[in-house]
Amino acid sequence: MTPMIEIRGVHKLFGHLHVLKGIDLTVQRGEVAVLLGPSGSGKSTLLRCINELEEISAGRVFVDGELVGLHEVAKGNRTVLHRRRDEDIARQRSRIGMVFQRFNLFPHLTALQNVMEAPRQVRKVPKDKARKRAEELLGRVGLADRADHYPAQLSGGQQQRVAIARALAMDPELMLFDEPTSALDPELVGEVLNVMKDLASDGMTMVVVTHEIGFAREVADQVVFMDDGVIVERGTPAGVIDNPQEPRTKDFFAKVL
Amino acid sequence: MDVPELIHARPVPRPSRWIWAGIVTLLVLTLAHSLVTNPEYRWDVVGQYLFDPRILAGAQWTLLLTVGAMALGIVLAVTSAIMRMGTNPILRGVAWTYIWFFRGTPIYTQLVFWGLISVLYPRLVLGIPYGPTFWTISTQDVANAAVLAILGLGLNEGAYLSEIVRAGLNSVDKGQWEAATALGMSRGKTLRRIIIPQAMRVIVPPTGNETISMLKTTSLVLAVPFTYELTFVASAVGNQKFLPVPLLIVAAIYYLVITSVLMVGQHFLEAHYGRGFDGADSPTGKSRAMSKRQQAILNAGTAKAGPYLDVTP
Repeated sequence: MTPMIEIRGVHKLFGHLHVLKGIDLTVQRGEVAVLLGPSGSGKSTLLRCINELEEISAGRVFVDGELVGLHEVAKGNRTVLHRRRDEDIARQRSRIGMVFQRFNLFPHLTALQNVMEAPRQVRKVPKDKARKRAEELLGRVGLADRADHYPAQLSGGQQQRVAIARALAMDPELMLFDEPTSALDPELVGEVLNVMKDLASDGMTMVVVTHEIGFAREVADQVVFMDDGVIVERGTPAGVIDNPQEPRTKDFFAKVL
Repeated sequence: MDVPELIHARPVPRPSRWIWAGIVTLLVLTLAHSLVTNPEYRWDVVGQYLFDPRILAGAQWTLLLTVGAMALGIVLAVTSAIMRMGTNPILRGVAWTYIWFFRGTPIYTQLVFWGLISVLYPRLVLGIPYGPTFWTISTQDVANAAVLAILGLGLNEGAYLSEIVRAGLNSVDKGQWEAATALGMSRGKTLRRIIIPQAMRVIVPPTGNETISMLKTTSLVLAVPFTYELTFVASAVGNQKFLPVPLLIVAAIYYLVITSVLMVGQHFLEAHYGRGFDGADSPTGKSRAMSKRQQAILNAGTAKAGPYLDVTP
């Protein structure tokens, strides 16, 4: 079976800044991959390359066997790369849910409207159906009673749970989490992690950038340790976190644990 | 609960407060007294001409010019602001030049210029440049003074509003674009559904000011020359009767009434577009739809949530 994500030799340059230096990573269906590493190691950039929020400079990213952002056209005996059209990239993105560090809820819409917006606008789902589904999803993240609140009236943890519901409303086959708990007060982290654990146990394929080592240990199938734009070490949580082989990995976990 | 004895301390005496209040009251009373007693104001004439049909028609024309010019201005402003924020260098350059030219020359000069347009371009031609023409019309047939006045005012206004619109669009956090994009929304849809509704919060207050300013700028269309608007009509009637002062007071009353109505409308628009931005926990209003710098300024609590309130004189 094709893996959900296949990343081959990906490089990313911002001008002269070489942020990703040859990344290879495979995430199977239903797998939870957690990216760990110091700030500036390229974890978030890698995540953003998966749904084309960043264009990669070299390499290939496949999601569900389909090349992201680009497509190959056979020309004689060689293949030429073309950029995908905007609407084609939008279609690819709509199958990938993303949750941001700063939530990025739409502040002028209520929690319910936030969740309904993309299905209504992108998928043209009828209003009643979208509303029913949104109520269901808000219930799933434990916020059925907050449907009519605006984001500014919700706590950080509640906002992030609405953001997760908003991403789930597009029925994604893959969820990306970019430091979902880093902007939260410590006592609110647990409620968001619990929703994520539920998702993982329901079999959602997830890639999570986080500093929550406990979450990685409990939920991850694959832990990837990155530093300075390369994957230094990867494996099971027990292997990478508790019994690291590489000096840089040992050094990092010695400091954070 | 036991309440202890409350403090009823006497305030520090500030005699200067009373002195200033006294002086200002005296000045105001003097002015009010002169308004009532100075016979040159001719309040009887003001009353007599307040509902004069010529004056009423002038007020209507002034309103029409204001609405027409603002409508044209808003369309031009949104278009040029989006052009300037886009990636096409030609469109960016054209939008920049438009703003540069129309903000850089006096509105009066522009209006005189529009009045002379039929001298410059006697015929309007529809066709392919340097190629065949399909349709021609004499400029004077389509461009009467009212059209030229609205065109002149609207083009000038568009340049000013463009900067306001751009500031509004830029004030929306980059994360909003990313969130909408990640959900698979197209650029146009993101702009319409997510960015513009949030930008309106920043755009509406200065646009209200611009509308009020436009109401009074319409008195310059004499330059076109357009002669049916309120100020020209009032002073013409006044000069005819050798009573310019009471007629100007009549005009001023209409400007004040219309401005007051516009201010009420602006208040409701601001309330509408401010929804979702005032959290229950923060009466001053906070939002994520701002740059980090704006947010920091706002969080510091030294400035109000509505920026750009005083962009126009």
